[in-house]
Amino acid sequence: MSVPQQQRGTGQLDAARLRQDFPALQQQIHGKALVYLDSAASAQRPAAVLDAMDHYYRHDHANVHRGVHTLSQRATERYENARQKICRYINAGSTAEIIFTRGTTEAINLVAQSLGRNSFGPGDEILITRMEHHSNIVPWQLLCQQTGATLRVAPIDHHGQLKMDELRALINEQTRLVAVGHISNALGTINPVKDIVEAAHAVNAVVLVDGAQAMPHMSVDVRALDCDFYAFSGHKMFGPTGIGVLYGREALLEQMPPWQGGGEMIREVTMEHSSFADLPAKFEAGTPAIAEAVGLGAAIDYLAEIGPETIAAYEAELLSYATARLGEIEGLEIVGDAEHKASVISFTLAGAHPHDIGTIVDNEGVAIRTGHHCAMPVMDFFNVPATARASMALYNTTADIDALVDALKKVREVLC
Amino acid sequence: MDLADLYRDVILDHNRSPRNFQRLDNATHRAQGFNPLCGDKLTVYLKMDGDTVADVAFEGSGCAISVASSSLMTEAVKGKSEKQARALFANMHDLLSGSEDQAPQSLGKLAALGGVRQYPSRVKCASLAWHALLAALDDQQEPARTE
Ligand SMILES: Cc1ncc(COP(=O)(O)O)c(C=O)c1O
Repeated sequence: MSVPQQQRGTGQLDAARLRQDFPALQQQIHGKALVYLDSAASAQRPAAVLDAMDHYYRHDHANVHRGVHTLSQRATERYENARQKICRYINAGSTAEIIFTRGTTEAINLVAQSLGRNSFGPGDEILITRMEHHSNIVPWQLLCQQTGATLRVAPIDHHGQLKMDELRALINEQTRLVAVGHISNALGTINPVKDIVEAAHAVNAVVLVDGAQAMPHMSVDVRALDCDFYAFSGHKMFGPTGIGVLYGREALLEQMPPWQGGGEMIREVTMEHSSFADLPAKFEAGTPAIAEAVGLGAAIDYLAEIGPETIAAYEAELLSYATARLGEIEGLEIVGDAEHKASVISFTLAGAHPHDIGTIVDNEGVAIRTGHHCAMPVMDFFNVPATARASMALYNTTADIDALVDALKKVREVLC
Repeated sequence: MDLADLYRDVILDHNRSPRNFQRLDNATHRAQGFNPLCGDKLTVYLKMDGDTVADVAFEGSGCAISVASSSLMTEAVKGKSEKQARALFANMHDLLSGSEDQAPQSLGKLAALGGVRQYPSRVKCASLAWHALLAALDDQQEPARTE
């Protein structure tokens, strides 16, 4: 019997130790130790990711799939190896289902343009929700303009949860696609994706899940979810910027035409006609972000070693600690208190605009996000122009929350 | 960095109790200012009497810097000629964008807004009201932006 790794699956995560893996977190801001609570916007990278990219550039770089020389073979191997790691981590059926993109945004646009533009038309409906990130709204609005399809929006309640009855009622024979966020970046709500998939499949609609916020926080199994597409970004899960993934069900991807043309994605080109490469290359025109893919592979290794369940269990504790401590602050109101919630807390503070909160806590070394979080319809629903948002990751500790609370008390001292 | 340099007493005071913070029903000119980055939205109202800013007011929501800047702006331009108001816009632009090393003496209280220069992400908060003022003078239809 092999000895389980120190942390794996035990529900014990030593955040203070993990934090040492992240060089960017070892610095002072305005003379105070950095407290990074903006991982929902972009997480920091462990040294393992930086080293993997550095090693790749120093030793293995060449273009992929193109050369017989050693470096080209090594680069191809590293790139494809990253694809395999992702495939395993999210339990996809095969590497043909893992398309590298620039990020979540590009993955969603790929589906909209390749699938939607070529097969949707007037009378067809696309269903999204009120809590989507702009990147899961705008591509569908553009698609509706292009095809004459209609965009429907499932409402949310004052806890920041989907109104599931109304969502179900909006799914009908006209529905072609449902696009929903797994976790809301503005509210932290974890959506019942599996239920939504079931309802959509009952009318033969396909489901795209925006998993940008889920990947760093929880275990994702695309086959258990039974979704048709799953999109995410490297930079939110401790990997590099400029790389992301579209998982797509193979049978669907097979039917979809390419959306960008160029090198890498062809089989044969004549001056009149081209035939296209097999999956996944068909959707990866041009030289890809190779080092970034390698970095993302290293980030997956990092997450897998700790174990996504362990991360989720630890963050659930951190979230309840943070929720309780923030509750102590006079005038502070949390926006979004869904029953199922990830470690993201949006809030407002009476007498203090989020922008001022952001500046004052930054002066205390605490980094939070302020603004509309690319979710203007959510701000509109809660009738606030903006919120402040503290988002936690596996490297945050209760001490970080204490620092935030102290900094927020300072905000009240300065402004109120 | 010293926060007290950004949140000077004048600014805190004008944020807590903004002056001329109302709608002007008899305005001759009005314009909106919108900062998409932080969601700040405000409307500036002017009542011109010939060449003179007879009355001025603003409404909206924003951060302390943007509210204080709006409030200070209304105080500063009330009773001024259009030409003087435009000149003030230019002086404020220099102060906020840092092209003047020192605030011109003539700026008085407004010089307190110069603290934002150390906080590049906040410069637009301070300039929004001034862009809206200019848009109102120009009778611009589109909301003013700070870009
Ligand atoms: C829920 C959600 N969807 C999509 C995105 C867009 O990700 P990216 O900008 O990496 O494409 C984000 C990032 O802010 C997000 O939080």
